[in-house]
Amino acid sequence: MSAAAQIAYLGRRAFMRSIRQPGQMAFALIFPLFFLFVVASGLNSAASLPGFPADSYVDFMFAIPFVHGALFTALNSAIELGRDIDTGFLNRLALTPARGIAIMLGNLAGGVALVLIQYCIYFVGGLLMGAHFDAGWLGVPVMFALAALGAVAIGSAGMTFALRSGSPEAVQGIFPLFFVALFLSSMNMPRDLMENDWFRWIATANPVSYLIEGLRSLVIVGWDAEALAIGFGIALAAIAVALSISARAFRARMTRT
Amino acid sequence: MIDVALAISFRGMKKSFTNLAFVLPALMFPVIFFVGFAGALAGVDQLPGFDYAPGYETFQFGFVMLQSAAMAGVFTGFGIAQDFERGFARRLMIAAPRRSGIVLGYAITTMVRWFFNTVVVFVIGLLIGMEILGNPLQLFTLVILGLLVSLIGTLWAAGVALRLRSTQAGPIMQFPIFLLIFLAPVFVPIDLLTGWIHTVASINPFTAFIEGARSLLAGSTEEVAVAFGIAIPLAALAGVWALTGLRSAERG
Repeated sequence: MSAAAQIAYLGRRAFMRSIRQPGQMAFALIFPLFFLFVVASGLNSAASLPGFPADSYVDFMFAIPFVHGALFTALNSAIELGRDIDTGFLNRLALTPARGIAIMLGNLAGGVALVLIQYCIYFVGGLLMGAHFDAGWLGVPVMFALAALGAVAIGSAGMTFALRSGSPEAVQGIFPLFFVALFLSSMNMPRDLMENDWFRWIATANPVSYLIEGLRSLVIVGWDAEALAIGFGIALAAIAVALSISARAFRARMTRT
Repeated sequence: MIDVALAISFRGMKKSFTNLAFVLPALMFPVIFFVGFAGALAGVDQLPGFDYAPGYETFQFGFVMLQSAAMAGVFTGFGIAQDFERGFARRLMIAAPRRSGIVLGYAITTMVRWFFNTVVVFVIGLLIGMEILGNPLQLFTLVILGLLVSLIGTLWAAGVALRLRSTQAGPIMQFPIFLLIFLAPVFVPIDLLTGWIHTVASINPFTAFIEGARSLLAGSTEEVAVAFGIAIPLAALAGVWALTGLRSAERG
């Protein structure tokens, strides 16, 4: 069996395992849309601030469910990998001809397939809440691709924790760290309108801000080459770093096995 | 009953304060919400009609302290459900001469834990420039209001946990509280909300709590009587809900 076929097979397994847990699925679907709904309604008046870049706050927040969804689903995938290690499934898999790269990418592929379905729902949900998507239909796959790369980056980082700890609980424990990164970004306000210098500095140093700004540019500007280039660049760099670290963790885990 | 309550609360506090896996998430969420909202959205107080003298950090602190109070109660509900799943709660019910002390014990743990978290958020607030215009008596009243909200959250979640006795009931405990919290004037005063959310926020009891807390922080007593006027009967109602849940758990 080729590596691609192995990735597809293991990806299908990861995907099916996730959709068989309706509680997890419902949370990853409902929470991001609910958050968009209440924050956009509660902060609608903020769109009248001088220099605010969007016509409405729902336009400004439209990209956020995509990042939330990426976070929840990618971490759930990493938790499942932790469970596979905990229950000994990975050890049994190591006895088969499955390649290491297929095991890692298969797990990520399942998560990506899932977030792409979620993104369709977030997209329709956002439009129903009154958001306008300035990039047009061609921008939709670009938005999905950038958000999916974000999911891969988060999933790869989560996979490292799963491989190092071998415990789903330990992966669950890193969720607040990602949540911090999300909240200390330009998620709620453009960086140039942040009044607190210390917060603007943190948001500027936080790579999540650039991922969000790349996604957001498609909604409120249309095609902003610079924002997209930075967004894709940050996502790809994060994937490269996280995957190389998780590959080392994988080798170490297999050696122990 | 007091002995049972103290024993349960001692166990809960030991578990809460000696295990980092419990301390950190419970502390991190209010800190993240406070720093994230107060830090990023400080410019919102420039909006016409936003007239809250102490500033946006204080405005958000009023929300975050009550949000964490209510959510602390929900987390206690998760703990009760977990105790049932592991069989510990059953043994506890056999051992306790007055079982209402069990609920009281869980409530005391929540309140102590919430108070500790709030002090941490308060100190962070002062470090980032939060201004407090309330006097010590008003701050004391604010703490009482927070304790009442925490009690309401705990009794609600305990009532659900005692009836369903499973961690699968988590969303039932969490979601109504989450709705109440976020359908209130979280980011701007209620007068700046428009459309459906203004209507919903006007009838949401959590709005009264937040407005009472923000008044106390600003050195005013406006809306405070309304907040307590709603919180006390609601706590009594939640108490009945929790105690009938306990009866349901006794019947098995």
